[in-house]
Amino acid sequence: MTPFPLPLAQHLGQWGAYGVYLLIGVFFGAVLEIAGFGNSRKLAAQFYFKDLTVLKVMFTAIVVAMVLIFGASAVGLLDYNLVWVNPTYLWPGIAGGLVMGVGFIVGGFCPGTSIVSAATGKLDGLFFVLGALTGILAFGETVGLYEDFWYSSYLGRFTLPDLFNAEAGVVVLGVVLMALFMFWGGEQLERIFGGSNPKAAPKWRYAAAAGTVVLAYGVLAVGQPTAADHWARIADEKEAELAERQVQVHPGEVLDLTYDSAIRVELLDVRSETDYNYFHIIDAQHVPLTEVPDVVPDLQAKPDNTVFVVMSNDEQAATEAWKTLISHSVPNTYILGGGVNTWIETFDDQSVRTAEAASVADDTLDHPFEFALGSRHPAAKPDPHAYELEYEPKVELQIQRGPIGSGCGS
Amino acid sequence: MATYAKARPAARRSLSRILARRETKEYVNPYLAGILLGIVLFSAFFLTGGGLGASGGMNNLVVLAQDTVAPNHVDRTAYLLGIAGGNKNPLDSWTVWLLFGVIIGGFVSGWLNGRLKIETNKGPQISTRTRWGLAFFGGALMGYGARLARGCTSGQALSGGAVLSVGSWVFMFAVFGGAYGVAYFVRKFWN
Repeated sequence: MTPFPLPLAQHLGQWGAYGVYLLIGVFFGAVLEIAGFGNSRKLAAQFYFKDLTVLKVMFTAIVVAMVLIFGASAVGLLDYNLVWVNPTYLWPGIAGGLVMGVGFIVGGFCPGTSIVSAATGKLDGLFFVLGALTGILAFGETVGLYEDFWYSSYLGRFTLPDLFNAEAGVVVLGVVLMALFMFWGGEQLERIFGGSNPKAAPKWRYAAAAGTVVLAYGVLAVGQPTAADHWARIADEKEAELAERQVQVHPGEVLDLTYDSAIRVELLDVRSETDYNYFHIIDAQHVPLTEVPDVVPDLQAKPDNTVFVVMSNDEQAATEAWKTLISHSVPNTYILGGGVNTWIETFDDQSVRTAEAASVADDTLDHPFEFALGSRHPAAKPDPHAYELEYEPKVELQIQRGPIGSGCGS
Repeated sequence: MATYAKARPAARRSLSRILARRETKEYVNPYLAGILLGIVLFSAFFLTGGGLGASGGMNNLVVLAQDTVAPNHVDRTAYLLGIAGGNKNPLDSWTVWLLFGVIIGGFVSGWLNGRLKIETNKGPQISTRTRWGLAFFGGALMGYGARLARGCTSGQALSGGAVLSVGSWVFMFAVFGGAYGVAYFVRKFWN
């Protein structure tokens, strides 16, 4: 079974996938409307402690979605590694958040709720939408002035479990308990400032709260699948791909890909430091085999059109690295076919690799180098026009992950 | 509107009968709305791998307008050409379709629940015009801030919050902090 998220565009076509988004949007808009978020006074009352609907709806939604996402991930229905997590740009996020907070209390909406408000005929909502469009226009025109700040404090895909160095299940349970505490506090504030009677609120909310805690505890007890669990699930399929050499890419294809403007190629060289210093392909990143799991978060933060190619002298170490990356759901990962040895043989006319050396695939560097040339060696940056290489193309860019950017990201 | 009503009174009456003659219902319990919103959010992640959003679609519409009026300007501005540079169509983005869905969903729900009504919600101490001006100004801040923070309340706080992004949680507290920080000074707008 394919774990979700689905590659929607592959199943439905690009415009069919947009139909799914339209439908999700319809439900999103309808829920905001029935919550009362089309009414600016109800939203603003949040900040005078009279009516904490905003807090309750938001945190209930976060908690419910979070428990379902991590629950689905725990039982293998959904691959959290492939889920879009908003990358952290700390200071721009804080600055933007503060500006938005002021905009919220002055204007009475946030962008989503203003759309719903305008759609139900509220003129203040309409003016807010016009203002928001103007603000967005102003941003597009001025961000060039402080782009350094806008891209600063980038921490990539950085999650609360990473921050606290805790299991995801512990954080999930913690967030649920924190939300319940906030709901309790919020109801007290409503009683004091808004004169409402918490006893009048429906009793089922206690059952719902208890149910959520039980579910969150279940998520913690089951635990998130480790890379090894994930590998166990996909091992048969992936071993077959290796055996049929579907993922071992010809050096010529790798070279052509690096000159393909629609694709970003990341070359990962998992050999020893010594071999890397003797020779490596230009722009290849040195990642010792043992450190491959550590770079996974960086790789996952790369754009969707990135193709990763791992390499060793032959293929053994590269294959190990490939399995590690695949079990961490790094998309579009391939192996340099024949390794660095074959690369040099292909692109260095003076190469002296003996047939005997080539027949023993022991993952050692078969080409003697007098000096450590690194990427200054001519074969490190071959001219793609100088070679007419025939190969069977194997790389197929698959965009499995959700669309780049959250609804608001870019 | 007035001339339209004069010209086609019958059509206008039947339109308003369809749209407005429904009993106004109460908003649902906030926890129930939250549970439903959480299920919608989860479905978005489950089906598409990404969350919800609103300002991204608005952004693409703004750039679409710019691209129509001044395509050369768009093709020369780094931030804009990523969205509409060259032949790229800003409508070819899921954020726009989600936004259209929100408009439809909000409209239909408002209609079914009898809340489809031309009106202005405001505090009792300010005029309607002042409220419009404040809404526009607040919207501009919100729009600007949402792009600066790479997300609005739905795209950052809700979606990023549910998948435990550190940046989204910090952002969420910044929004509440900004709003609570100035709420006292603007209390006349609302109370």
